[in-house]
Amino acid sequence: MPRKTLDLGLEIEHLSILDPSGEADNELVPQIPDDMLLRGYRTMIKARRFDERRLKLQRSGRIGTFAPVTGQEAAQVGTIAALAENDWFVPSYRETAAHFWRDTDPADMLLYDAGYNEGGKLAEDGRLTPLSVPVGTQMLQAAGIAHAARMLGADDIAMTYFGDGATSQGDFHEAMNFAGVFDCPVVFVCQNNQYAISVPRARQTRSETLAQKAVAYGVPGIQVDGNDIFACYVAAHEAVERARDTGTPTLIECVTYRMEMHTTADDPTRYREDDEVDKWRKRDPIERFGKWLKGRDLLDDDAIATMEDEIKDEIETAWQTASDRIEELKDTDPMFAHIYAEETPELARQRKRMEQGQNPGGWSDG
Amino acid sequence: MAELTMVEAINLALREEMQRDERVVLLGEDVGVDGGIFRVTKDLIEEFGEARVMDTPLAESGILGFAIGMAMRGMIPVPELQFSGFAYEGFHQLESHASRMRWRSQGGLSVPMTVRMPYGAGVRALEHHSESREVFYAHMPGLKIVVPSGPRNARSLLLAAIRDPDPVVFFEPKASYRAFREEVPDDEEIAEIGKAVTVREGGDITIVAYGAMLPRTIEAAEALAKDSVSAEVIDLLTISPLDWPTVTASVRKTGRCVVVHEAPLSYGPGAEIVARVMEDSFLSLEAPVGRVAGPDVHVPYFAREQRYLPDCARILGVCKSVLDY
Ligand SMILES: Cc1ncc(C[n+]2csc(CCOP(=O)(O)OP(=O)(O)O)c2C)c(N)n1
Repeated sequence: MPRKTLDLGLEIEHLSILDPSGEADNELVPQIPDDMLLRGYRTMIKARRFDERRLKLQRSGRIGTFAPVTGQEAAQVGTIAALAENDWFVPSYRETAAHFWRDTDPADMLLYDAGYNEGGKLAEDGRLTPLSVPVGTQMLQAAGIAHAARMLGADDIAMTYFGDGATSQGDFHEAMNFAGVFDCPVVFVCQNNQYAISVPRARQTRSETLAQKAVAYGVPGIQVDGNDIFACYVAAHEAVERARDTGTPTLIECVTYRMEMHTTADDPTRYREDDEVDKWRKRDPIERFGKWLKGRDLLDDDAIATMEDEIKDEIETAWQTASDRIEELKDTDPMFAHIYAEETPELARQRKRMEQGQNPGGWSDG
Repeated sequence: MAELTMVEAINLALREEMQRDERVVLLGEDVGVDGGIFRVTKDLIEEFGEARVMDTPLAESGILGFAIGMAMRGMIPVPELQFSGFAYEGFHQLESHASRMRWRSQGGLSVPMTVRMPYGAGVRALEHHSESREVFYAHMPGLKIVVPSGPRNARSLLLAAIRDPDPVVFFEPKASYRAFREEVPDDEEIAEIGKAVTVREGGDITIVAYGAMLPRTIEAAEALAKDSVSAEVIDLLTISPLDWPTVTASVRKTGRCVVVHEAPLSYGPGAEIVARVMEDSFLSLEAPVGRVAGPDVHVPYFAREQRYLPDCARILGVCKSVLDY
């Protein structure tokens, strides 16, 4: 009856394949077709340029606030690329790059950013949930989606995204726990971008890593260099296979950095030093992937220039489309749409009253 | 006297209370180093240190449950929830515990905390940042619900809330955070929770409003004055417990009443007020009581949030039908 250490065989792996200089560990580089590699690179660039464009639109008052993705492109593209087309993507609010991989229309995103509900309309059978603002809440839904797919005899799985701050929410615990208990085929992708607005990662938890939290739920957890697209892809690919084959959930901690402000309402100089940002700039996910692609002769400066031009056009076209739609929509008032499957008599009454410039409530004069 | 915005006035009240009583502590997401995302707790961490201005992990249940514990053990916590739309992650701590602790322990334990949260539409924010759900809390016995309308009463009410022996939910109308400045006296000024204020006297109609609806209501009262209608405007300031004597006295005088709030119409605060006016002043009423409110829908994204919100025209419309009845 002595005290003894339990040998639970717990270990947490850290995976890194492509270093900041663009050198890769060739034994670990995943087999990915060239066109998919280039599509990944292009998606990352597009997400970053979209941030830049949106920042200008926001500063000139044409759209409202948004959450920039810059710095986190590899964490998103590397993981989402491991999904099959019929798998579910359950995002929070910063997953622009993952959205672009999934072909979400940037015009819709801009319409949403401009404050129009119509921008939130989801592609039919797009296998994704809408942007979710309340931190941490979507993880449980992802577990439920994954579980329902099994109950329905389908083979799709779910991948959900959240930040380091979200791991402090009770919902995170509940999601991991449910997923473990019910063998839900779900992949939890934590983008540890070091901050929850102003609060640094170290103030969210005393745990040394976020990946190790998986241990408590009896599910696999892994930490990866989140700015290394290969490490993200390999970890996600393994997790997706495990989920699909055995119904085992996985927690992936992508160690990355939010290079820009939390949202446009935020001033990061209040809580972090430029030195720190510069340090991370040298670990840029796009740059290192670009170098590696060039080293493989998959990319050169001309190809990059062409790609940049195309992306610029795409984004301008998207803004043009969004602007046209704003023109069409700005005098419409669909406030009562989509509250229920069928408008209730009371809502119809309120809608009609408001259409006549009246208040929703009030007595009828007959 | 200083001319302050509501943000500055709340900051002043927090500073005053923290200076006065060492047991007063602030906790919440980004309240420390960042000074709060609306800058309400600006510079307080420098003055009082991180032990009393606590940047918490991102967890509303954590913030409220922890604060309840601190309050029961003798501190006076002032938790901040970043937006009222994110209070639901901690809602059960208020309904299941904060509101009941005194009752459950038969007077043995109390929870003297003040939960601050910005509410309401009109600042072009994202989803969940614009709702007005004060009734959820007003429906809980044991909580007091305070909603200031300007810098001066925000300061005096917050002092009162922090000193109150019971849990207070302090709803800050974020649309009014920086919308205007007001003289705030240098000397301590403490309001009384549960007291409404008649901000404009009149004899023809009583308009009851609170929070961010106050400026629009006054605008409507001024427009009515041009039509020779004298409207009495009551700023509730406390939703629960509500100052019925002030409302009743006014309605008995004017014989007509309109309630204004941005919360949805059905089961909104107006429903309670209308019922009570009917009970207390039925024989004085010249017309049914009118309600100006948001419709029973989710607040639309910001491009159309102003269509949701009651404005001067909507207030005037209802006043007219009450006056013409
Ligand atoms: C439940 C809830 N509480 C508070 C907020 C306000 N808020 C929005 S984002 C954020 C920080 C989130 O940090 P993290 O989870 O690390 O994700 P990141 O934004 O860094 O991607 C906070 C506090 C919210 N949206 N939801």
